[in-house]
Amino acid sequence: MKSVKIYGPGCQRCDTTEKMVRDVAATLGIEVTIEKVSDAKSIALAGVMSTPGVAVDGTLVHAGGLPDAAKLEQWLTV
Amino acid sequence: MTIETHETMQKHGAPDWVWGAGIAVLAGLGWLAYGQLIPFANWVTAWFPVPRDSHSGEAIAFFVYDVPKVLLLLTGIVFVTGVLRSWFSPEKTRAILAGKRQIVGYPLAAMLGVLTPFCSCSSVPLFIGFVSAGVPLGVTFSFLIAGPMVGPVGLGLLYGLVGWEIATIYLVFGFSIATLAGYVMGKMGLERHLQDWVRELNTGPVGNLPEETLSFVDRLKIGTGQVREIVGKVWIWVLIGIGIGALIHGYVPEAVMLKIMGGEAWWSVPAAVVVGVPMYTNAAGVIPIVEALLGKGAALGTTLAFMMSVIALSLPEMIILKQVLKLRLIAIFLAVVSAGILATGYLFNAIL
Repeated sequence: MKSVKIYGPGCQRCDTTEKMVRDVAATLGIEVTIEKVSDAKSIALAGVMSTPGVAVDGTLVHAGGLPDAAKLEQWLTV
Repeated sequence: MTIETHETMQKHGAPDWVWGAGIAVLAGLGWLAYGQLIPFANWVTAWFPVPRDSHSGEAIAFFVYDVPKVLLLLTGIVFVTGVLRSWFSPEKTRAILAGKRQIVGYPLAAMLGVLTPFCSCSSVPLFIGFVSAGVPLGVTFSFLIAGPMVGPVGLGLLYGLVGWEIATIYLVFGFSIATLAGYVMGKMGLERHLQDWVRELNTGPVGNLPEETLSFVDRLKIGTGQVREIVGKVWIWVLIGIGIGALIHGYVPEAVMLKIMGGEAWWSVPAAVVVGVPMYTNAAGVIPIVEALLGKGAALGTTLAFMMSVIALSLPEMIILKQVLKLRLIAIFLAVVSAGILATGYLFNAIL
């Protein structure tokens, strides 16, 4: 079970990122819990400066723009 | 099972040479099409049952010429910018700015504001990230003002639609306003007008992202991704902007334009700012309007003031910033930037 956090104010890109994570996880057959963090303070504390940011199991792996599907796959399988 | 899916996933996506060749071919086609815009517009306009020199004929010709022109330009600029910006990141920018002396910091921040990729929904986390890492408040403002104000998209479209002279003037003055406004706000010592939780947040940079190494094809992919995302989002504003531009071009008499936006009307500069602020659009939407206004004899200073206030001072942006800035600081920010814009407007109306 992987825990994924998506940091972003709730813009369209954040929703797309969430969908990408779900799709990749489903294709790989990995169970994930997704939490969306939209509060400015928590985003800042996580060290995310450009949104959407993605953290897997507590480690920040991506910030700014949509993540690459191939990389998402890599982050979820590590 | 998992491994099998993994492998098929890895295979999808074209090999590198296809990317390189594909983009070269598309750029060539785009360039050829760009050269055929006038005959194309004339050909399309001739299909309409109105004379070419009537009001509607002029408006239609403006619209059918500008739509493909702006979309082609926009695609090219967004792609090139996306590729160039892949070498910059907010994290790198913050590291550069945090270590700089203030006086170098302002112009440097304005320059990096143009080059660093960030969207307006990121301005709050970016702001906190900078301030908490010790980037001075004024320097942070220079960065935040320059980003939207002197964006490459706006400059490229200005160059393509109204010529390099005005694009250069816009670049120089936009850049100066961002630098000076940041400097002035830095001198005012405004830290107490940050929201309390921002001032208390003294964590410094946390959550270090691993440094990414990108191949050239990765950067090309970033460029095409940007095209899909940005052009996919702004095309509607482009159509609306060109539509308004076409109506001005076809129907507004020059005498009326001279009266409301001509160099003689002193009040038109502040009026242009007041009208510009609540307009929520972007460079791609407003520059076709600017093209039509200038064509009808609107004064350059007034038009620049209008364009700058639309692009740099948007109400939704202020509402986003309310999360980190107290109302007083937002008001100061608005006042300082507006003063710079007004000064630019009056200066150009006076010398031209």
